Amino acid sequence: MTELAVPYIAVLDELEAEAIHIYRETAAAFRNPVLLYSIGKDSSVLLHLALKAFAPAPLPFPVMHIDTTWKFREMIEFRDLRAEQLGLDLRIAKNEAAIAEGVSPFTHGTHEYTRLMKTVALREGIDKFGFDAAIGGARRDEERSRAKERIFSLREPGHRWDPRKQRPEFWRTANTTLSEGQSMRVFPLSNWTELDVWRYIEREVIPIPSLYLAKPRPVVERDGVLIMVDDDRFPLREGEQAQMRSVRFRTLGCYPLSGAVESTADTIADLIAEMESSNVSERAGRLIDGEGGSSMESKKAEGYF
Amino acid sequence: MATSLTPVLHLVTCGSVDDGKSTLIGRLLAETGSVPGDQLEYARQTRRGGSTIPVGGIDFSLLTDGLEAEREQGITIDVAYRHMNLPNGRRVLIADAPGHEQYTRNMAVAASNGDVAVLLVDAARGVRKQTHRHLTVCALMGVKTVVIAVNKMDLIDYDRGTFEQLVEEIKATASRLGVPQVVAIPLSAFAGENVTAASTTMPWYDGPHLLEFLSAWVPLADTTSSTFRFPVQFVVRAEGNFRGYAGTVVAGEISPGDEITVADSGRTAIIDRIVTYEKDLAKAVAGQAVTLTLDHEVDVTRGDLLAASGPDLVQPADRFGADLVWLGEEPLAHGRSYLLVSGSRSVPATVTSVRFQLDVESGFEHAARLLNMNDVGRVEIATDKPIPMDPYALCRDTGGFLLVDRVTADTVAAGLVRHVMRRAFNVVPHTYDVDREARVRLMGHGGKVAWLTGLPGSGKSTIADATVARLHAMGVHTYVLDGDNVRTGLNKDLGFTPEDRAENVRRVAEVGKLMSDAGLVVLVALVSPYRGDRAAARELFSEGEFLEVYVDTPVEVCAERDPKGLYAKAAAGNLPNMTGRGQVYEVPEHPDLILHGTGDLDATVEQLAKAILGE
Repeated sequence: MTELAVPYIAVLDELEAEAIHIYRETAAAFRNPVLLYSIGKDSSVLLHLALKAFAPAPLPFPVMHIDTTWKFREMIEFRDLRAEQLGLDLRIAKNEAAIAEGVSPFTHGTHEYTRLMKTVALREGIDKFGFDAAIGGARRDEERSRAKERIFSLREPGHRWDPRKQRPEFWRTANTTLSEGQSMRVFPLSNWTELDVWRYIEREVIPIPSLYLAKPRPVVERDGVLIMVDDDRFPLREGEQAQMRSVRFRTLGCYPLSGAVESTADTIADLIAEMESSNVSERAGRLIDGEGGSSMESKKAEGYF
Repeated sequence: MATSLTPVLHLVTCGSVDDGKSTLIGRLLAETGSVPGDQLEYARQTRRGGSTIPVGGIDFSLLTDGLEAEREQGITIDVAYRHMNLPNGRRVLIADAPGHEQYTRNMAVAASNGDVAVLLVDAARGVRKQTHRHLTVCALMGVKTVVIAVNKMDLIDYDRGTFEQLVEEIKATASRLGVPQVVAIPLSAFAGENVTAASTTMPWYDGPHLLEFLSAWVPLADTTSSTFRFPVQFVVRAEGNFRGYAGTVVAGEISPGDEITVADSGRTAIIDRIVTYEKDLAKAVAGQAVTLTLDHEVDVTRGDLLAASGPDLVQPADRFGADLVWLGEEPLAHGRSYLLVSGSRSVPATVTSVRFQLDVESGFEHAARLLNMNDVGRVEIATDKPIPMDPYALCRDTGGFLLVDRVTADTVAAGLVRHVMRRAFNVVPHTYDVDREARVRLMGHGGKVAWLTGLPGSGKSTIADATVARLHAMGVHTYVLDGDNVRTGLNKDLGFTPEDRAENVRRVAEVGKLMSDAGLVVLVALVSPYRGDRAAARELFSEGEFLEVYVDTPVEVCAERDPKGLYAKAAAGNLPNMTGRGQVYEVPEHPDLILHGTGDLDATVEQLAKAILGE
């Protein structure tokens, strides 16, 4: 890479300092904050930054995973390993009622499935443990509609997102006061880009699930999307057969809803090079956002992250 | 690696869609490779009605436009944050403020972090009112560099004379406002002239194009404070007796061995270590988030300010002159207690007077008693306890603050300290030997305040009267502060607007506090309709010294009784500020005691007397 007048490392340092500042503010100002850990790359960075923010003390708040029970198996193994290595206070939230009813990505539309297994599970988890602030890895570059999202994003009673109640944000000063029933979502990575996340992972040598890197994996192609057959719950259609292809995932979620991309990038450096040349929106590979024009907006109003 | 260029530049863009702002930002983003390819493709293939962009061209304005749903929700008027990667590696964080006339508040938000403002002016339409407004708000919020982007030069045939005339007018305003650096670039966002490449149509212009300017920008030789400032966010305690203070250096720099002063208490200490996750640092500079340890134990808590020791040490004060940008839907109320939040500090504060309101278009100062949403004005603020604050011009982080409504928790104003008016060090409360305890011993009981709130005619005065008679007979020293009686003397300068009511409550509470200190049991009979005001009153007292008593009487009963003829007047339209009629009464959420104004008076008095005596 050619030498730039402003080295990338300097930009990362500034983003890191901002995120750490947000973390410390959150830990000090709220009664019972929680880090929402979704096991993906953003969560891995988020977790790493949290460790940095409070060192040499351990993480001063618990970590919660919203488990839909349809995550890649590797993700769950990775989660439990990291929790053990780092001594995390890991809480797991599931929509038990929906699980008992057998809700799955194959039985329900992706929108309804997401609402039940993610949105409802998240709300229930927050209520069950009494969290008043939930820290998440959302970034403003993910989607155009996120450009107006706050770093401290207020939720009304019932986790409702009311655009009119969002607080203006000045300087580094945040109004973290809550009135009865309100809670906060906090996004320390708001000003990061996807490339920043990867370059930071590379620089800091942050562990991530290997699903992000290319490897021969069993996939089927459906409607032009490559889906990995991660376990035997995947109902193969007539004549369908999993093929081994060298693929990686750009975002990780529920395996039946995560589109793979064909790639040979098996190191983070290769992956960054591939990203720099392709330049396609991150959410393009995510199946849940596709339904309906502004579905991200409506999901947010319901309490989706 | 050392670099002389600020890695992240905070840019604020002002102007309206009509000025071609979306097109300008869209083009900057697209031509610096800061938008994904698929979004670019969308802007290449989508056309709005009436578009004149040829097939295959990109409608840059589509890259920054919000979603339909968003527009319906009314948040298009909100500040949008975007990033841009410059070819030299610099990151630009764009805070894009909507251009509509009335949204001064959003402009202020966007400008609050801005290093540089790009102010769009439509060359064909010339300088407009909003141009002045944008300049004023940028200057107010401390933006040091303003780029006047004179857009749509293609529509005026790239005419130099028009450009220069326009720039001269704006520069005159900028100079009056004290903006330190102003540059002007003639450009066409639509035709791509002087945006990311030098124009060939304007040979008379030899300055940089916009991208060039943003890439090379360096902060002006510093007008801001370079003295060390470190608001403590979080106290880190860890194994081995580790105790460190975590925060962000907001100004200056620090090294181990430097002496600091806890500005709140005046205590000094030496920096022992600068701790980070990886390793200790030999120096920390503005913008770095670190953890500091001190050479010996000093009392430091979240919200305290660590500052460089020395002659220009920032001192705590409890009176400030400040500019406020009013954000709340409800207007500013004098005398009402708000929460002042600055960095990690938060302290109750009262606006004691409005000196003037600033007309952000003409720059004139008008006399005003109130500030409404989107108004800017100079006020005096009193804080409940002394806090160290810098003038905003020296440091945004330690000179800027928010006012938060104590009931709704909404942010109602952004404040900028202009003068530190009264150093609290000059007013040191004297401690007297005959104290509260000594008086308790003499009188046989301590002081207390029972605050009776309720609608006019609910029975507050009647209950207070009878209760005091009962207590008096028991040998308790009492006094009644009755709303109407106080208004004939101490508070005769006050009316019945919300802000005057707040001041009325504040004064009665302060008098009650003095009497309670003197050992009296005080019954306050005051409508005091607003929760925020009552909460502020309670705050003056220690736990158990203050009882909020809600006299709950149905409004129909009050109107029927109407002992002072108020309800009759209100019904006739002669009393617009009547509580329960023209003005709202906010019922206490968690009163210490509820009395029913329709119940048996003896039983009610018994109930109240018991509560006061703590039985």
